[in-house]
This record gives sequence, C-alpha cells and structure tokens, in this order.
Amino acid sequence: MDLDLMIKVTPFFVEAAWVTVQISVLSLVLGLAMGALGAWARLGRSRPLRVLGGAYVSLFRGTPCLIQLFVLYFGGPQVGINLDPFTAGVIGLGVNIGAYMTESIRGAILAVERGQTEAARSLGLSRGQAMRRIVLPQAARLMIRPLGVNSVALIKGSALVSTISVVELTYTAQRFIGSTYKPFEMFAIAAVLYMAIIYGAIRCVQWLDARHAID
Amino acid sequence: MGLDFSVVPEYAHFLWIGVVWTTVLTVSAALLAFFGGILFAMIVLYAPRLLAWPTRFFVWLFMGTPLLLQLYLIYFGLSQVGIDVPALVAGIVGLGLHFAVYNADVIRAGIVAVDPGQNEGARSLGLSRAQSFRYVIIPQAVRSVTPPLGNNLIALLKDSALVSVLGVAELVHASQLAISETYRPFEFYITAAALYYLLNLLLEAGLRAVERKVEATR
Amino acid sequence: MSDTMTRPATGGGKATRPMIEVKDAHKSFGAIEVLKGIDLSVERGQIVAIIGPSGSGKSTLLRSINHLESLDRGEIWLDGVQVNAPLTGKAFERHINAVRQRMGMVFQHFNLFPHLTVMENVTLAPRLLQGLSGEAVRARAEKLLDKVGLADKAEAYPSRLSGGQKQRVAIARALAMEPKVMLFDEATSALDPELVDEVNLVMKQLAQEHMTMLIVTHEMRFAGEVADRVLFMDGGVVVEEGPPDRIFTAPKAERTRAFLRKYLRD
Repeated sequence: MDLDLMIKVTPFFVEAAWVTVQISVLSLVLGLAMGALGAWARLGRSRPLRVLGGAYVSLFRGTPCLIQLFVLYFGGPQVGINLDPFTAGVIGLGVNIGAYMTESIRGAILAVERGQTEAARSLGLSRGQAMRRIVLPQAARLMIRPLGVNSVALIKGSALVSTISVVELTYTAQRFIGSTYKPFEMFAIAAVLYMAIIYGAIRCVQWLDARHAID
Repeated sequence: MGLDFSVVPEYAHFLWIGVVWTTVLTVSAALLAFFGGILFAMIVLYAPRLLAWPTRFFVWLFMGTPLLLQLYLIYFGLSQVGIDVPALVAGIVGLGLHFAVYNADVIRAGIVAVDPGQNEGARSLGLSRAQSFRYVIIPQAVRSVTPPLGNNLIALLKDSALVSVLGVAELVHASQLAISETYRPFEFYITAAALYYLLNLLLEAGLRAVERKVEATR
Repeated sequence: MSDTMTRPATGGGKATRPMIEVKDAHKSFGAIEVLKGIDLSVERGQIVAIIGPSGSGKSTLLRSINHLESLDRGEIWLDGVQVNAPLTGKAFERHINAVRQRMGMVFQHFNLFPHLTVMENVTLAPRLLQGLSGEAVRARAEKLLDKVGLADKAEAYPSRLSGGQKQRVAIARALAMEPKVMLFDEATSALDPELVDEVNLVMKQLAQEHMTMLIVTHEMRFAGEVADRVLFMDGGVVVEEGPPDRIFTAPKAERTRAFLRKYLRD
C-alpha cells in the first residue's frame, strides 16, 4: 500500500464524490417525477396512456442503461439534442430509474386494499379525493423500501456517466489507476467514498421509514 | 445531419459479432455467478469464521461499489500482480464475481427462509444433517430463489454492456467500432438497444419456462 | 349539491314515499347472474334485515344501493333521488358523490383508514365534503364516539383497536355524515364471537332512534330482535319477506325452511 500517494490523491476523490452525490440526487428527483408520471399513466383510464406507460417501462428496463446514455449523449446531436455530459448523465440516469420507480409506485398503489377506496367512496369522497387522502398516503409508506433499493442502485449506477466523461468517482478512480498503476489503492479510496454515500442514503431512508411508521 | 438507418445493414456483421460476444460473455459470467453464488452462500452460512468473515467482507464490498469500478480493479489489478489476462477473461471474471455476490445473497436468504421446523422434522426421522439439507431444505429453497436468480440473470445480460470499457467487442463496443467508421452513433446505438431488447425477451421467455418447470415439480 | 334530481324532502303528499326503493335490479358477474330482478322498498325509519346463504346476492344488492356495484338493469332510489341516475362522466361522478353522502355504509372488514387516527377517520369526510369548521366537526365526532363508547380512543390508530372497537368506529365514521339511511354489510361476520354484542348494541341503539337501516346479516337472532321486516334471498331472488316472527316461525317457502333448519341446528 502506497499511503503517501493515497493521501495525495484523496482530495481529488472527495471532490469527485461530491459530483456523484449531485448526479445521484438530481437523477433520483427526476426518476421520482418520471415514476409518478409513469404510474399515473399506467393506472389511468386512458388506453393510449396506459400503452405508453407500459412501453416506457418495458423499453427502459429491457435495454442497458449504458446504451440509453450513449443514444442520448452521442446520438442526441444528430436529432438536435446537444447536452453537456453532466446534464445528459442526470437525464439518462433519471429516465432509466424512472422506469423502475414506475413499477414500484404502481405496485404500492395496487397493494392498498380495495376496501379502502370503497370505504372512502361510500362516504361520498370523489375518485380524486379517495386517491389523495386515502390511497396515496398508505401507498407512500409502502414505497419507502423500494425507494431505498432504487436509490442504492442509482448511486452505484451513476458510475456509468464516467463513460460520457463526467468527472465523478469512478471516472477519477479510472484516471488515477491509469496514471499511477496502483489499482488496489485507487479502488480502496473510491470504495470507501461509495460506501459512505450509500450509508448516507440508507440513513435517509431509515429516517423516512421511522417518521412514517404507523403508530 | 439527419438520420439514416440504411448504413446499418452494411455493418450487420459488426453487430452480429457483438451479439455473439455478448452471448458468450453473459453465459460464461452467468455460470461463474451461479456456482460462485452457491459457494459464497455456503461459506457465509456454514464455514468456520476464519473463512466466513473475509467472504462476508468481500460480499459487502462488492455489493456496495459499482460494477464498472470492479471491472477496472480486476482488469488492472490482475496485471498489477503479474497476471496478464485478456480483456474478455477479465470481463467474465468481473461480471461473474459481481453477480455471484448478488446470487449468494439470494441463495443465503432462500435457505434461511425455509422453516427451521423442516430441518427438525427431517432430523427427528433420523436423517443426517447432510441428508436433511439435500432432500428437505434445498428442494424448498430452490422454489423461492429461482425468480430472484432469474432477475439477477436479466440484470447480468444488461450489465454485460459495461465490459465494453475494457475493449471486448461485445454489442456496445462492436457498435462503437461501426460508429468510428460511419459517424452515425444514433443509428447504431438504437440498433444495439433493439438487439439487447430482443436478447432480453428471449432470456425472459426462457426464464419463464424454467420457473414453470420448478413450480411443476411441487 | 345542486343536482336537479333532488326533490324537496317534505313535499305535499310525498311524505309516504319510501326511503329506499329498488326496482327490478339485475346484475351479472361474467356469466353468473347474481341479481335476477330484485324489488325492495324500505320506509322511512324502517329496519329491514336481509338473510340468505352465501352467494345469494344479498351483499351485491347492498353494494349496488351504494353504487359500489353498478346494476345491469333496474333502478335504485334513495329518498326520491335515483342513485343510478342516467348520467355519464363527470356529471354522474358529482351526482353519486352527493348521493353517497346521504347513506352510511358499514363493511364486513371495517375498512378503517390505517394512516389516520380514530378522530381523523370520523372527521375526514365531514371536513372535506361539508366544509364545516374543524371545531364543529370535532364536536360532532366526539359526540358520536361517545355514543359508540369509544371517546377515550379518539387519538388512537386503528391498529391499536380490537375488531369490535374498529367496527364501532366505522359506524361512527358513517354516522358523521348524518346520513338518512345506514347500510350494514355483514358488520359482525368478521368479529370474534365475544365482540359481536358490543357492535349489535350500537346498532340496536340506532334502531331506537328510528334510523332507516338495511342490514345484511347471518345472525338470525339479532335480525329477529331489531328488524321490522326480514327478507330471505336465495339464488339472486327474494324468496319471501315478512315480519320476523312469521319468517322465523312459519316460513312459507321450502327454501326458507331448509335454510333456517340448517342455521338453527348450527
């Protein structure tokens, strides 16, 4: 172990880790929005929207995220979409994770018992009121765990944006491996930082879970 | 520059080679991941601490870091310690180990989830520990681990795309080679995506058949 | 609530019209016809019990009155308003929400909202739908919880309650909208035997207050005690109806006799 070298390069890694956090958080937010939209489409009463939602889930879960990123970043300019690497990374990851979120959200909504909607409707609540007041609050609780799983997957998946030259953790590690020929040391630094980010994410989810526990 | 998919058929042989190598990569890594997963699960569950704890650490480390980073580590790490392997082998080992770790987690959970009363029942009949494991625990665990192992296999197929960074001419890298001659990234990446989608459909159909078979053995 | 289907509640000569009226109700689930032309009329303040074997269509009938199931044919009227009015889309949605506010429904499995406290369960609908102030609704809810004997559980979550307590909260929740009728769908079927009485007691109390009630039940003794009229349903039709004394002691139809024999033996 070359400790001197490790200490010398660590600041670069920490800076890169911050980029990883930013990418992960932003694409998680986008993913949640896409997931909500997707679930709304898939559960709605309009058939074209349901088909569209189904196609979104199937296409984005059925192909590698890497290819999706490449189509967006390298293929985008051909169809008039010019994005900087960071933005392309956030959009690519967010839309990809959104397909998984769609299924989590849909599953959670469907998992709320039918009797809940019936009871709300029998009191005279409208379809929208029953959804907002009764079904969604219960579904939200069921969504916390899948949200945690998706977040951890997203943090690890964010390494993909290194291939479109976003200077995040994996990109930095790869560059330093190439220039120092110390793969184990560089891996160790990056691993510690990834673990720290994932640990932080898990704590956030646990906090949410505790806050929303039923009684 | 508009889109022009007519160049794609000219380079069909690139993509064909890509599909072949993606398949080779996926199948080899899946075999490694399957048997590695069983091995790791057995070690974590039943081996003495001296062996179980380092294995657990390894599992934890590999579950907490990106596959891409692990691929770099294995490719450059092996050559660092004097083992020069072709990129394809590094890719198979990296993918295989990564998913072995996930499979181990599934298998361990599947074994633990079998009601302890089942083991007690078998032992009370006079079956040995190994017999109870072989004839009572395993058959029940197989049913519960088949679907999640299938999901891991689907993820493995898609993640095999990452091995392109090592320069293995699988589907993504094969597309890149075609793009470097034609400068048409959109057309080739979309075509590659479609091919992945087809491979994925085939794999899912196969897995459903396997699941039905496992269900039927009950 | 300005729907044109509503006529004044106490118009000249209209005072005698039934509170609930079902005319020729038909309903199929796929190939199975569960309601084969039901007619039913419940007067104001009357209590009608519906009995019959499982699969007889009695729950479907009750759920149709609340429009949780929609009829294939036939009409349902609540106090001069057609429940399954020939409206479509948004207009029907507005109409049915208004109609449902005038009937309380109690379910076999309570269907309390687990993410809300007892108090919130009871106040949710009046707050949202009647636009009352928090205090007015709270006062009403406290009175109702007191009535069902659960004033001390106001701040508890449903998961902390016994089955009997849950069902009493569900009754309070339905009453909070000050409905004209109460529909009970096997309200005690999911309860442990020792918890049945506390719920029955609340229902008897409502009966004494002349609430119009339609009760689907499999408890013959309770039906005999509270009901003014008993309906026996089997195979999607009303086999016979009459005062409880006559139905239980001198049923006319053979099917009713067979059903009661089986029940009284159990």
